[in-house]
Amino acid sequence: MVKLLYQKNIAELHELLVRREVSAVEITRSVLDRIDRVDGKIKAYVTVTREQALAAAQAADQRLAAGEATGPLTGIPMALKDNMCTRGVPTTCSSRILANFVPPYDATVVERLAGAGAVMVGKTNLDEFAMGSSTENSAFFTTSNPWNPETVPGGSSGGSAAAVAAGEAVFALGSDTGGSIRQPASFCGVVGMKPTYGLVSRYGLVAFASSLDQIGPLTKTVTDCALVLQAIAGPDERDSTCAPDPVPAFASALTGDVRGIRVGVPGEYFGEGVDPRVAGAVQAAIDLLAAMGAEVEETSLPHTSYALPVYYLIAPAEASSNLARYDGVRYGYRTPASDDVVDMFMKSRSEGFGAEVKRRIMLGTYALSAGYYDAYYLKALKVRTLIKRDFDRAFSRYDVLVTPTSPTLPFRKGERTMDPVAMYMSDLCTLAAPLAGIPALSLTCGFVDDLPVGLQLMGPPFGERTILRVAHAYEQKAGHWRRRAEGAWEQ
Amino acid sequence: MITEKDVDHVALLGRLKLTDEERRLYTGQLNNILEHFERLKELDTEDVPPTAHVLPLSNVFRADRTGPDLAPEDVLAGAPERDGQYFKVPRIV
Repeated sequence: MVKLLYQKNIAELHELLVRREVSAVEITRSVLDRIDRVDGKIKAYVTVTREQALAAAQAADQRLAAGEATGPLTGIPMALKDNMCTRGVPTTCSSRILANFVPPYDATVVERLAGAGAVMVGKTNLDEFAMGSSTENSAFFTTSNPWNPETVPGGSSGGSAAAVAAGEAVFALGSDTGGSIRQPASFCGVVGMKPTYGLVSRYGLVAFASSLDQIGPLTKTVTDCALVLQAIAGPDERDSTCAPDPVPAFASALTGDVRGIRVGVPGEYFGEGVDPRVAGAVQAAIDLLAAMGAEVEETSLPHTSYALPVYYLIAPAEASSNLARYDGVRYGYRTPASDDVVDMFMKSRSEGFGAEVKRRIMLGTYALSAGYYDAYYLKALKVRTLIKRDFDRAFSRYDVLVTPTSPTLPFRKGERTMDPVAMYMSDLCTLAAPLAGIPALSLTCGFVDDLPVGLQLMGPPFGERTILRVAHAYEQKAGHWRRRAEGAWEQ
Repeated sequence: MITEKDVDHVALLGRLKLTDEERRLYTGQLNNILEHFERLKELDTEDVPPTAHVLPLSNVFRADRTGPDLAPEDVLAGAPERDGQYFKVPRIV
């Protein structure tokens, strides 16, 4: 079957563009038409930047026609999670408090993608301030999973993952603090990568938890993931937490060969709380890797089960501090009537933030408050060290660790909204990697009830090349990437 | 055990004004969440140093040179209320 333009991946479209068989404007129109046709159902986008996209596509075509040096992203339509600042285009974080915020500057990743000639078609929906695992915490609307619109797309980068899965963007950027790229990638059947802490600049990313946040790609294939990561990674003097080292070439790591790669399988990720059907699909992927020549061995990360409490103390603590800036003074929502300035702060914040954001501000403020700091926050930082040591030990013996990405299949809308702890459990398998600062990628390893199952690969700090190599070899052999999320809901 | 009074205190620290319903809801939920976190106490961390962040970076400096800044008009464009070149806020004292 011939694929329509919006169905193709970056590598396929780049071929067509350089051979001048298709123009960037045609590709962009195909994607914009797709958005018109399906976004009423999927609701991936908060803002669609139609005119700007067509102008950027035209500029890309001119560069291509003039024979100027162009890269693999030139003329490729993409979407940004709506917590990355875009000059002149609203950046809402799917929050009432930023509903009218129009940034006066671009995030570094936005500048880099624009420099690479990529075409932004819009900004995608998220759980408010990236806090959530289902996109149901958006103040605006809930995004649907293109594999089954009754289920959630995951979160918090649910809009970005759904947009890529539904053909409403060729690729997208998300941000990951506790799994916010990888879990929606798993639920929506796309590739999602959280790079090593410090590989990608966060300048212009609206801060949630600064010791954890990372920006990364959501793509249709592992090759595309390598191409996008190459474009956004690297030192940035505007982000002092950005690693100063030069970035290696990622695409050259995709050899298709995993012979001799040492794969560790931590037993803790297959126990309580993990759906046996998910564990089964992941086990089948591990068996395939072994058949392809990888050296697979069972191992242990003994502090795994503490990652959830550690994360849900550290991330809200940092968030309560980061979100102190929303005070109704310089930008964002201000309450219409107040007695004095403190009353104005309190009313603006209470009216502007949604329930989960308030819950995390409360939890984080409590954990940092006098009398509880040592018992909760400091304790969490110490256990974080133990979690990191587990990984240090594991990576002295293994090149990658393989686990499920999400303990369950995509769940139904509304199923977990009343129980915060049940929602937090969705992140069971993804929380440890950001706590340790290590890179991790999710890709599809099978389907259960026509819903995708995600395989997670974790590597040592700056081990992106090895992760991408293993993911790519598996993807090519298993072939799940060919299956598209286009079903009965389209009719 | 967190009481409604504790929740009010924390809300004030976090500059949030809670409704009666929110106060009840958050008191129950915070207790429930923190109860799940009691497990951390199982671990002996006496001699374990804390990890605040994972990069071995400190004191990152850039060259001290001037560059373009945001224009005052761009900075003030999002202000809820302004007075000329200033952000305007309600009475403070």
